[in-house]
Amino acid sequence: MAVCIAVIAKENYPLYIRSIPAEHELKFHYTVHTSLDVVDEKVSAMGKALVDQRELYLGLLYPTEDYKVYGYVTNSKVKFVMVVDSSNTALRDNEIRSMFRKLHNSYTDVMCNPFYNPGDRIHSRAFDNMVTSMMVQGC
Amino acid sequence: MSPTRWDFPVELCCRPMAFVTLTGLDVVYNAVHRAVWDAFCANRRADRVPISFKVLPGDHEYPKCRTKRTSYEWYIPKGILKTGWMNKHLNLVPALVVVFYELDWDEPQWKEKQSECATRVEIVRQSLQGRNTKVAVVLIQKKTPLPPGEDVIASERAAALCNACELSGKSLFVLPHTDHLVGYIIRLENAFYEHAQTYYYTEIRRVKSHKEFLNKTTHQLLFVRHQFKIAFFSELKQDTQNALKNYRTAYNLVHELRAHETNMLEIKTMAGFINYKICRLCFQHNTPLDAIAQFRKHIDLCKKKIGSAELAFEHAAWMSKQFQAFGDLFDEAIKLGLTAIQTQNPGFYYQQAAYYSQERKQLSKALCSHESSVTYPSPDPLETQTGTLDFYGQRAWRQGILSFDLSDPEKEKVGILALQLKERNVSHSEIIITLLSNAVAQFKKYKCPRMKSHLMVQMGEEYYFAKDYSKALKLLDYVMCDYRGEGWWTLLTSILTTALKCSYLMAQLKDYITYSLELLGRASTLKDDQKSRIEKNLMNVLMNENPDPEPDCDMSAVKTAQKLWADRVSLAGSNIFTIGVQDFVPFVQCKARFLAPSFHVDVPVQFDIYLKADCPHPIRFSKLCVSFNNQEYNQFCVIEDTQQMGDILENSAQGTMCLVPGKTRKFTFKFVAKTEDVGKKIEISSVDLILGSEIGRCVILSWQGGGGDAASSQEALQAARSFKRRPKLPDNEVHWDSIIIQANTMIISRVPNISVHLLHEPPALTNEMYCLTVTIQSQEKTPIRDVKLTAGLKPGQDANLTQKTHVTLHGTEMCDDSYPALLPDIPIGDLQPGEQLEKTLYIQCGTVGSRMFLVYISYLINTAVEGKEIVCKCHKDETVTIETVFPFDVAVKFVSTKFEHLERVYADIPFLLMTDILSASPWALTLVSSQLQLASSMTPVDHLQSHVEKVVLQTGESASECFCLQCPSVGNVEGGVPTGHYIISWKRTSAIENVPVINTVITLPHVIVESIPLHVNTDLPSFGRVRESLPVKYHLQNKTSLVQDVEISVEPSDAFMFSGLKQIRLRILPGTEQEMLYNFYPLMAGYQQLPSLNINLLRFPNVTNQLLRRFIPAYIFVKPQGRQADDTSIAAA
Repeated sequence: MAVCIAVIAKENYPLYIRSIPAEHELKFHYTVHTSLDVVDEKVSAMGKALVDQRELYLGLLYPTEDYKVYGYVTNSKVKFVMVVDSSNTALRDNEIRSMFRKLHNSYTDVMCNPFYNPGDRIHSRAFDNMVTSMMVQGC
Repeated sequence: MSPTRWDFPVELCCRPMAFVTLTGLDVVYNAVHRAVWDAFCANRRADRVPISFKVLPGDHEYPKCRTKRTSYEWYIPKGILKTGWMNKHLNLVPALVVVFYELDWDEPQWKEKQSECATRVEIVRQSLQGRNTKVAVVLIQKKTPLPPGEDVIASERAAALCNACELSGKSLFVLPHTDHLVGYIIRLENAFYEHAQTYYYTEIRRVKSHKEFLNKTTHQLLFVRHQFKIAFFSELKQDTQNALKNYRTAYNLVHELRAHETNMLEIKTMAGFINYKICRLCFQHNTPLDAIAQFRKHIDLCKKKIGSAELAFEHAAWMSKQFQAFGDLFDEAIKLGLTAIQTQNPGFYYQQAAYYSQERKQLSKALCSHESSVTYPSPDPLETQTGTLDFYGQRAWRQGILSFDLSDPEKEKVGILALQLKERNVSHSEIIITLLSNAVAQFKKYKCPRMKSHLMVQMGEEYYFAKDYSKALKLLDYVMCDYRGEGWWTLLTSILTTALKCSYLMAQLKDYITYSLELLGRASTLKDDQKSRIEKNLMNVLMNENPDPEPDCDMSAVKTAQKLWADRVSLAGSNIFTIGVQDFVPFVQCKARFLAPSFHVDVPVQFDIYLKADCPHPIRFSKLCVSFNNQEYNQFCVIEDTQQMGDILENSAQGTMCLVPGKTRKFTFKFVAKTEDVGKKIEISSVDLILGSEIGRCVILSWQGGGGDAASSQEALQAARSFKRRPKLPDNEVHWDSIIIQANTMIISRVPNISVHLLHEPPALTNEMYCLTVTIQSQEKTPIRDVKLTAGLKPGQDANLTQKTHVTLHGTEMCDDSYPALLPDIPIGDLQPGEQLEKTLYIQCGTVGSRMFLVYISYLINTAVEGKEIVCKCHKDETVTIETVFPFDVAVKFVSTKFEHLERVYADIPFLLMTDILSASPWALTLVSSQLQLASSMTPVDHLQSHVEKVVLQTGESASECFCLQCPSVGNVEGGVPTGHYIISWKRTSAIENVPVINTVITLPHVIVESIPLHVNTDLPSFGRVRESLPVKYHLQNKTSLVQDVEISVEPSDAFMFSGLKQIRLRILPGTEQEMLYNFYPLMAGYQQLPSLNINLLRFPNVTNQLLRRFIPAYIFVKPQGRQADDTSIAAA
C-alpha cells in the first residue's frame, strides 16, 4: 500500500503528486523532492549503460525511519516515485515493480491523449483512479 | 554546549587503555626523572603500546578493595552498573605500579639502599592490598650496564634485591640514564604492557569465576554487569574481538531483563551504552555494515520502550542521542578512511536525531506546560547525597530500589515534576539546529542538494520557532530559489509563508513586500482568501499603514512587531523599493513586444507592453515606464497617473492604471528614432511598474529586458508545445500565452528613391583601363544634398584581388599600385528632383577572373515624421560582377631559316623566332606596336622592326611576326637559354583617344642551345633559269678547335648538270672555313631538287649527314628559259 505516488517531469518539477493522509501532504512533497537526489545520481550512473539494456526500475531510493521510497524512471526521463510505509513488510520488490509498471502504463495512456500537452500537470480521471487503487489496496 | 543528562559519559566514549602508575619519580625537581617521565608521556604516537601513565607518590592510597564475597546467596544487586566503575578502572586502579629507584650496581652503601628500596615496594603493596595489581621496580642507573652475564656483581646483587623486595626477576628492570633514553623507555613500556595484559587477564578470569554463584531469578542484573565488565577488561587488554563478543552477549542480556516503567530508563541507558560500544568496535574492525545492522536492531528494539508517559520527552531525547552518537561514530570512521555513499551516510542519522529532538520539543511542550504558579519542588528530589547517581539510568529519588511497585507515589510525582520543570528550560531549538546543521554538512558532502535544501528549510523553521527571525529569513531566502527553479510551487509557498511571517515580525519592509508579491503570484498555491488577506496587507503597507499580523504567530512577538511597524511608519526616509523580478514569480506579469523586428528611421517605432495581474483583486499602479539601451528614448515611454495620455494610443478611456486579475492589458507606445541610431539595435533594458505612490510607499517592479520572471521561460515552452486551440476573444484582447517577447528592434535607414544605372562593356581585359559609367537620377520629391559615390571592388573578397585591382576617376593615365581598389565618398554635390548625373570610373584589373564591384550612393534628405523634422541619410547600392580576360593569346615558336620547327637551336647559327598574336577579346583591339627585347645571350641577325604596328584585330584574328636571331655558343646550360621579352602595346579600338596604351609583356620561352662541329652555309641565288649557269658556293665552317677530316660527295640529279668536285676528302683547320664552289646547270624548269651534298665527318661519326642537311638548301625554283627576242624587245622597250 503506497502512501504517496508522484510523477516528476524530466526537468524535475512535479507533474502529479498525491498522498494519504492529506495532512502530511507537505512532508510527502519534501520526501519526494529529496528523493530526486538519489534518482539523479542513479540515472547519471546508468547513463553509461546501453539504452535497450536499461532497467527502468531504480529500486529502493533511500530508507527513512518511517517510510521506504522507491523510484522508477522512463526512457524519456520522467520519474515515478512511490513512498511506502516502512511497517508494510508484505510488499516485496516484485510487487513494487509491478505497481510501477502499472503506473507507467497508465502514464502512457495519459500521454497518448491528444488533448494532453506533455509537460503539463496531469489531470486525468483514469490516472487518478489507478493511483487511488494502488494507494488503497496495494497491488 | 555543556554536557547534558543525555550525553554519554566520557569514560564510555574514550578508548580504554591499560592504566600504569609510576612512583618514585620526582618530576618537579629532578631533571633526570623529568626526562624519564617526558619520554613516557610526550609525543605518544600510534605505534607505541596503548598505556595511560600517571605519576603518583609512592605512598599513594589506591581505592580500597572490598572484601571478597564468598557467596552470592543473600546478595541482591541494586542496579546494573555503578557510575564510578569505568572511571575506577581507567584512572584509579592501576594494572601495574612501577617503583623507580636510583641505584647503581657498584653502589658503596648497597645494603642500606637495598633495604630502602624494599621498603618502598612494601608501602606500595600495602596500599594495593587485596588487588591483583602487579608491582615492578626500575633502577635508574648512571652507568651503562655490561652485557648480561659479564657483570658478576650485578647479577648477584639483582638476585639479592629481588629477594629483598619479593619480586620475580621479570619485574626488575634497569634504566641506564644515557643517550638512548627513548629506546630504553620503549623497551620498558613494552614490558609494562605485558604485565598489564596479564593483570587484565586475571581480572577477566576473576569476574568469570563469579558466574557460577549466580542464579537467574535474583541476579539478572549481575549477568549484565559481569558481562559488561568482562568486555570492558577485554578492551583494556586490547582484545577487541573478545570485547565485541562479550558486549554482544551483554546487549542480549540487557534485553532479557524484566522491564517495567520504573527501570525502563536504566535498561535503555545500559542498552545505549553497550550498543555504543558494539558499534564503535564494529567501525574499528572495519565492518561498518555490522555496525549499521546492530544500530538498526537496537533502534527497533528500543523504539517502543517509551517508559513513563509523563516523561515521554525523555525517550525522544534518548532516541535522538542514540542517532546522534551513531552519526558521530560513522563520521569519525569516515575521517579514518571509511567511504560512505549517498544513501548511507552520517547525515541520515543526524537528520533522524534532529527529528527525535523535534519530537522531544513537542512532547515537552505538551507535558511541561505547567502554570507559572507551579514551583520547583523543595527539597530537590533530583539531589543525591554524593551529587551523582550510584547506578547508571536510575531515578535519583529511588536509587537502588528494585521493586516495580512505587512505594511512595507522592515522591514519584514530585520527582517527575522536577524533571518536567527542568525539561522546560532546555533550549530544544538549539539542539535541533545543531543536529540539522550537522546533517546539512554531511548531505552537502554526499551530493544531496535537495536533501540539504530541505534540512535548511527545517533549520529556518526552527530558527523561526526560536524567534531568531533574521537567521530564519537568511536560511529560507537562500533555499527558496532552489525550489523556485525546479518548480515545486507547493513547497515554495510553504517556505514563503514562513518567510513572510519572519519579515512581518521583524518589520522588514522590502522582504515583506517581496514575499507578498510572490505569494500573490501564480506560483503560489495559497487559497484565494489567504491571497486576499495578503493583498490587503500589501495595499496597507503601500499606503504607509500597518499590515495585519500573519496568522499563527507568537502573540508576544506580534506585539513587538506592531511596535516596529509603527516606528517604520513614522520614520520618514527611503520609502521607495526597487525589486528586480527576474529571480522570482511576482503577481504581475509583463511582456514587451516591438511590432516589427526593424523600423525605417522615417517611421515611428512602435511597441506594446502587456501586463497581467494574478492577484485576486484589481490593482492600481501609478506609473509604467520603459528604459532602453539608449536612454534618450526613456522619456517618451512613460505612463503616469497624473499625466495627460499623450503617447498612449488606446485604452485611455477605460481606467488606464488599473489591472484586472486574469485580463491582459496592452499599452502601446511609439516614438521617433534618432537618426544617429540608424543601423543600431534599440533594446528594452527594463520595464518598471510602480505600485503605490511617493506619498506613501513606492514599489518599483523592474523586469529586465522585455519582461519575464523566474517561471516564464518554462511557461513559454509549454505554451509553444501546446496544440490546444485557444478560445476566441474579443478583437481588442489577446491571449497571454500567444504573446512572444520581442525586446529589441533594428533602426534601418530610409528607403532611397534614386535610380542608378551602370554602363560598361564587359568583359574587362587584363590591365586595361576599363571604363564604367554610373548614371544617377534623383526621383525624390525634394532636392537631395551631399550626394556621395563610393565605388570600387566590393570589400570582403579575396585579398589578392584588392592588390590587383585599382580604381580611378582619370582614364588618361595608367594606374600603379598606389591606386586604391575602392574609392570612398566621392562628392557629387546636390541633385534637384529628376536631375540626372553621370560619373565615369576607370578600373584596372591586373589578373583574370571575376570580381564584384560595388557602387554605393549616399545622400541626405530632409523629411518629417510625426510632425518632426529630421534629416535622413539614404543610400543605395548596386553591385556588378565583371569578368576579366586576357586580350589575346601569344604563341611563340622557333624555326630554322628553312622554317622547319626547331626543338633546339645551334650555336652561332641563325634561326627564326615567330610570334603569333591571337585576339581573344570580344571587342576589336588595336595593336599600337610591338617590340622584342632580347636577352644578353641573343643577338639579332638583322634589324628588329615591328611588323604589326597599327594593326586592328577582330575577335579570332591573329597577327604574326618573325625575327631572325642567333645565339652565340654558351656551353651546356641547364634548362636552356633565356630569349628575352616580347612587348605588345595595344588598346581597345573603341577606346577614346587619350586612353593610355597598354603594354603587355610576354616572356619568351627559354631555348636549348647546342653546338655543332661543322656548319654549312650556302650561297645560292634565289632562283635559277633553265640552261643558265647557277653558281652555288658552300661554306664549310669548322666550329671546333680540332682539325676536321671531311668527306664530301655530290649525288647527281636528273634536273641538273654540274661542275665541281664530285667527291673529295679534305681537312679544315679549327676556326677556318673551306669554300666549295659548284656550278649547277638546270635542265628542267620548276621546283627542283638540287644535287645533294653528302658530308661525312670522320671525327664525329654521330653527326650525321641527315643533321647537316638541314643547313643545306635542297630545292630551288628553276624558271623556264626566256625567249631571247622577248628579252631584247623588253630591253628595247
